[in-house]
Parts: sequence; structure tokens; C-alpha cells
Amino acid sequence: MSYKHTISVLVNNQPGVLQRVSGLFGRRGFNIESITVGESEEKGLSRMVIVTTGDDKTLEQVSKQLYKLIDVIKVVDLSANPMVGRELALIKVNAEPSARPEILGVVETFRAAVVDIGPSSLIVQVVGDSEKIDAMTELLKPYGIKELSRTGVTAMIRGK
Amino acid sequence: MIVQTTQKSKEQLREELLKPDVITGSEALLRSLLLEDVDCVFGYPGGAVLYIYDAMHGNPDFNHLLTRHEQGAIHAADGYARSTGKVGVCIATSGPGATNLVTGIATAYMDSVPLVVITGNVATTVIGTDAFQEADITGITMPITKHSYLVRDVRDLPRIIKEAFHIASTGRKGPVLIDIPKDVSNDASPFYYPEKVEIRGYNPTVQPNRLQVDRMLEAIAEAERPVILAGGGVVYSGAADELIKFVNATRIPVTTTLLGLGGFPSAHELWLGMPGMHGTHTANHALQNCDLLIGIGARFDDRVTMKVNGFAPKAKKIVHIDVDPAEIGKIVETAIPVVGDVKIVLEMANQKVKAGDTSAWVDWVKENKAKYPLTYKDSDTELKPQYVIEMLHETTNGEAIVTTDVGQHQMWSAQYYKFNKPRSWITSGGLGTMGFGFPSAIGAQVANPDRLVISINGDGGMQMCSQELAICAINKIPVKIVVINNQVLGMVRQWQEIIYDNRYSHIDLAGSPDFVKLAEAYGVKGLRATNKDEARTAWKEALDTPGPVLVEFVVRKHENVFPMVTQGSTIDQMIMGDSE
Repeated sequence: MSYKHTISVLVNNQPGVLQRVSGLFGRRGFNIESITVGESEEKGLSRMVIVTTGDDKTLEQVSKQLYKLIDVIKVVDLSANPMVGRELALIKVNAEPSARPEILGVVETFRAAVVDIGPSSLIVQVVGDSEKIDAMTELLKPYGIKELSRTGVTAMIRGK
Repeated sequence: MIVQTTQKSKEQLREELLKPDVITGSEALLRSLLLEDVDCVFGYPGGAVLYIYDAMHGNPDFNHLLTRHEQGAIHAADGYARSTGKVGVCIATSGPGATNLVTGIATAYMDSVPLVVITGNVATTVIGTDAFQEADITGITMPITKHSYLVRDVRDLPRIIKEAFHIASTGRKGPVLIDIPKDVSNDASPFYYPEKVEIRGYNPTVQPNRLQVDRMLEAIAEAERPVILAGGGVVYSGAADELIKFVNATRIPVTTTLLGLGGFPSAHELWLGMPGMHGTHTANHALQNCDLLIGIGARFDDRVTMKVNGFAPKAKKIVHIDVDPAEIGKIVETAIPVVGDVKIVLEMANQKVKAGDTSAWVDWVKENKAKYPLTYKDSDTELKPQYVIEMLHETTNGEAIVTTDVGQHQMWSAQYYKFNKPRSWITSGGLGTMGFGFPSAIGAQVANPDRLVISINGDGGMQMCSQELAICAINKIPVKIVVINNQVLGMVRQWQEIIYDNRYSHIDLAGSPDFVKLAEAYGVKGLRATNKDEARTAWKEALDTPGPVLVEFVVRKHENVFPMVTQGSTIDQMIMGDSE
């Protein structure tokens, strides 16, 4: 059975490391749904969070193959534990003045924020798990989405 | 011979090399390579490595062999590494020089061969501008190297070389690329060579988990029909003696993969031959009927397993010993994973191994071996390639180092030249690289000046790196070069005959050079044989002649490699051929 997995990969912050990791996924036929990279708590190390789909066997291979990369220090399957996963999206939506109150209603319900107002559009910023962003996008679609940009998921295990 | 012995003692040289002088990146590179005990580097100069070549000029301690193509250089470095277990080193310039190495890097990567590949690059100031002869070689080779470096600061160079040798030669071995921009090779810095390597995130597991080894031993004690599938890992970890001890104690029959040949003596009564597509009847049927399968340093390649979901169907358990944990469970489901260096695992196992009752199974194996030996229909009118290989084996007592190219001659060599010692068989297994055979023999001969090295090639592959004949002639490298000439791309012809219904498409090698004249044009002695008598005479003359000799054996065109398992079949569905 295929599941969605969220994997955290701690890597040396070296030039080309993103290429090594993403290239490995590509050539081994593993799927990447999203990939985010940024600094970690330790200087010189970055953390990548990768969302992928596959059965347990595939996930085991993903992890083992990642460990073969010299720049990979630690691989954790976050989704094997209770975790917090968050994504950010910016949505530029058509918003003639007459439609704005309605849109603001949606924004408020989702505890999202309006971060820019143009003559006929708004940029909405929403943070949450991927499903929340999917739902928000669905609700804004009828107004006409001019542009959508999502960051991909970053995540952490709860507590511990 | 190309490798000169320097007048200085090793200690003297070391002391000189370790001096903290302010030197250029090029000089630091040469010093570092010497500190890593590199006897000979194979390479080809060009603009981006001119500082490095300049540093070699007049350096009596440094040996460099100039090949005629970068592909020749890297395959030679590969042959050097496979025949010795040491790290092979090659150097090429940027751009086309570097990209010409790609096939050789992929070859070494697939077969886990330790190489350090040094390429030049354009100066850091122009990297990324599409400068003359610029190529992103670290990017290009990322999927086919164990690791790679682009050196941006000359001060990092010695550390990087130290790390590269460490990574290439430990754990699962493989090629490591170091790309050195031209300005870095010219920049100066005080030389400091680190004694130790510390790479966070790189700690190969060589010591196995004792619990898993014990589980394996329990499974062995219970098994009635166990089989060992021994691969290249046995050779690479130097575990051949431990394997013999293990087999003698457990009485488990052994099949050796293409890269595992020589890892277990073919003269041993429990050797089953090679498994897989062109494996022996006994090896394949033993795998299909075993109740316990023990993979040792073998990666269950599809040429071995053929149809995976019909492979070893009666095995109640599969044990897999490998230094690379990613190999375990990659192809076959493994009940008992043993991650560790094969030699250490076998040493640990040998301490308390108890044999199960395999006597009935061993009897079955021996009967099968007697009933289905490798055979071919010999001819008195045409020269058969199998006959040639048998003759090579017989006249050398199986003591030579044999390298092959890829194709039918490779399979016949694997079948009919019987190997009893590790590191005497060098062939491109994983990638199946034509053009590999001849230059790899040059590397093996450079590393083993006192041994007989035979390079067996087809007429197709010989033409892919034949320019290296010059290297043999000039440097008096005494490789005995065999060309099994059937005037056709034989293995492709065989597939087109059997699988593509005799539709022979673009396989005729008419227009090949006269190989004898080709050899002579380079200053290498050339001989030709077209029948058995000529074959014996020519080969004897080749062996009796000091220096390199090329012998062309003109053989029957339509000969096929049997047994054969076609793709989509299980390994016991074998085409046994036309021997009877």
C-alpha cells in the first residue's frame, strides 16, 4: 500500500547537495511531492523536508539510498510519529471591491491573512497543513485565482 | 616496465613529502597522491590541467602513463584497481577530457571499483560562463560517483584528496571525482596533509551485528539444501580464504556471479559455476531448489535472478551479507540481513559455525554437475571460440590475470577459463562496457609486472579502444591481446537470432581492420589463427615472445553462448544449446 511520507533529511550545507538529493529521487524512480530546504539548528547543516509517496519497501529504500550520500547525516521518517507539518501559500485572487467582503470572510474563517491589496486583486497568505491550503484554494477558486505559490511542507515531530 | 622503483626509501620520501613548504595546488596534488602510495597515474593532459602536468615534469618520484584517449586512461586505472585492490587514479582535463571519462566512471560505479578521478576545470573566475572547454563534470557525474568534489580553495585540496581516497576505498567501494579549477591548481599555500579523515555522516558499517550472524548460523544448521551466491564483494573484501573455510565447514555449495569468479576456486568440488542468464545448469537449478539462499557480497543483479518473482522459489529464508545496507531488500526479500564487511562477517561466522545435514543435497549437486557440464559442439573445420578459451586456460594453468571486453567472448571466458584465485578476472559486469577489456589489461599489467596478463576481446570491442596499442608498444607492456574475431557483433547477433526471429539488424562488422596489421602499425607483434593447429602455434609463439603480442583467432561466425535464459523466464528455463 502506498502512503504519503514526510521525511526529514539533515545534510551538510555544501554546494550541490540539493542536486544530489533530488537527483537520487529522480533516478531511482522515487516520487517527490514537495521538497523544502533551509538552515537547521546547527551551523553548516541544512534540513530538507521531503514529501513522497510509496509503500514501506520504497520508503526503506529511499532512506537507505539517502544514507549512501556522503553529505547526508540523518534521515527521519517524520510521518511515522505524531508530527506537525506546515505549508505556506500565497494566493493572488481576483477581488473587485464588490467581492472583497465575501473573500475577507473566507480569509477570516481560515485564519489566513491578506498581505497585499491591489485595485482588483488581493494576495492571501495562508499557513497550515496541506489539506487546509487545498480547502482554502478550493473556496477561492470561484473568484478567480490569478497566481498561486506554495512552499511545500516543512515538518517536525511533536514533543520529545 | 613503466613503474620505476625510486632510489629513495619510502620513509625518506614520506618525510620529504610532508614538509610544510608553500607549494602550488598542483604540487600539493602530486605530493598527496604519493602519500597515498599511488604507483602510477593514467592520464591525458589538456589546458585545464597544464599546471598539474608541469608539476610532473622532471619529478622522478611520480609515474604517469600517457594513454591515447581518456577512456583508455580510466579503464586502465580501473584494471589497476581491480587487479590489486588499491585505488586507481586517472587525470583528465576539463570539458571533453572530463566527459570522455564518464563511461569509465559509470563502469567503476556499477562494479564498486575504488577510483579517484581527477579532472581539471576552467578557473573559478569563469566557472558558469560557458568558458572554453568548460563542463559541469561534478553535475554530470553525480549519479555515477560515490562522491565528488569541486575544489574552490587550494587550502582544501590535501584534505579533499585524503577524504577521496578514504571514501573510494572503504565500505562499498566506488569512484570519487575531484574537479580542480585551473587557478586552484596554480594557487600556492603551505602544504599540510591530514593524518586522519573525519567525515560526519560517513561511517560504513563493517562490523556485523552478532545477533544477525547467529541467526544466519541457526538457519544454516537447520537447512537441508542451502546455496551460497558469492559476488564481487567476496573478492573486494579479500574474503576468499574465509569463504573456503566457511564452505568446508558447512558443506554448502557455492555459485559465483560474473564478478565473483575467482572468489571461490572453480576446482572446489562444491563450486557450481556461474548462475544466471548464461549460468550453468547446476548453479541455476541449485538456486531454484535451495531451501536457504545466502547472498554474500552479491547484489542480485537481474542477469543473475532473471525473472525476480520466480527466483529461488523454494528458499524458506534468504540471508544477505553486504557492506551496503541499501542492497539488502532492494531486489529480494531478505529474512536475515547481515550488514558488514564480508571478510569480517565470515571470520565471525567461522568461529562457531555448525554444519547442517547437506549430504543428500551435495550428492544431488555432484550428480547434476556430472550430468550437465558446460559443453559445446567442437569442430575440426572451423575454430570454435570456446576451444580457444579452453586452450588459453590450459596453456596458462589458469594462472593468468584475464581481462575481457563485453559480449560473447566475455561469457565464454567466464564459462571456460576456470579461475581459482581472486583478482585474476577483470570484466565490466554491471555496465557491460565495450572498450573496457584492452585498456583494463594495461592497468592490470602495470600493477602486476611479473604476471601474465591476457586481454580477451571481440572484434567489436577491440575497435573501441584499439588506439591504446601504442601504449603497449612504447612502454613495452607485455599484455597478450586476444581478439576472438567472428566478424560480427556476436551477442547482438545471438539475441537477434533467438529473440528477434533472425532479423539481423546492423551487426555486420565487415570493414574491420586487419588486426594483425593494425597491431604491427603500432609496433606490436600480430599473429593470426584460423584453425586449431594455427591457434596452438600462434598462441605458443605469443607466450614465448617477450612484450605485447596481439593474436587474432578467426572463429565460427554463428556460434552462440549456451546455456541461455531469455528475459522474462526463470533461471531454470534454460536453452541448453546445440551441444548434443
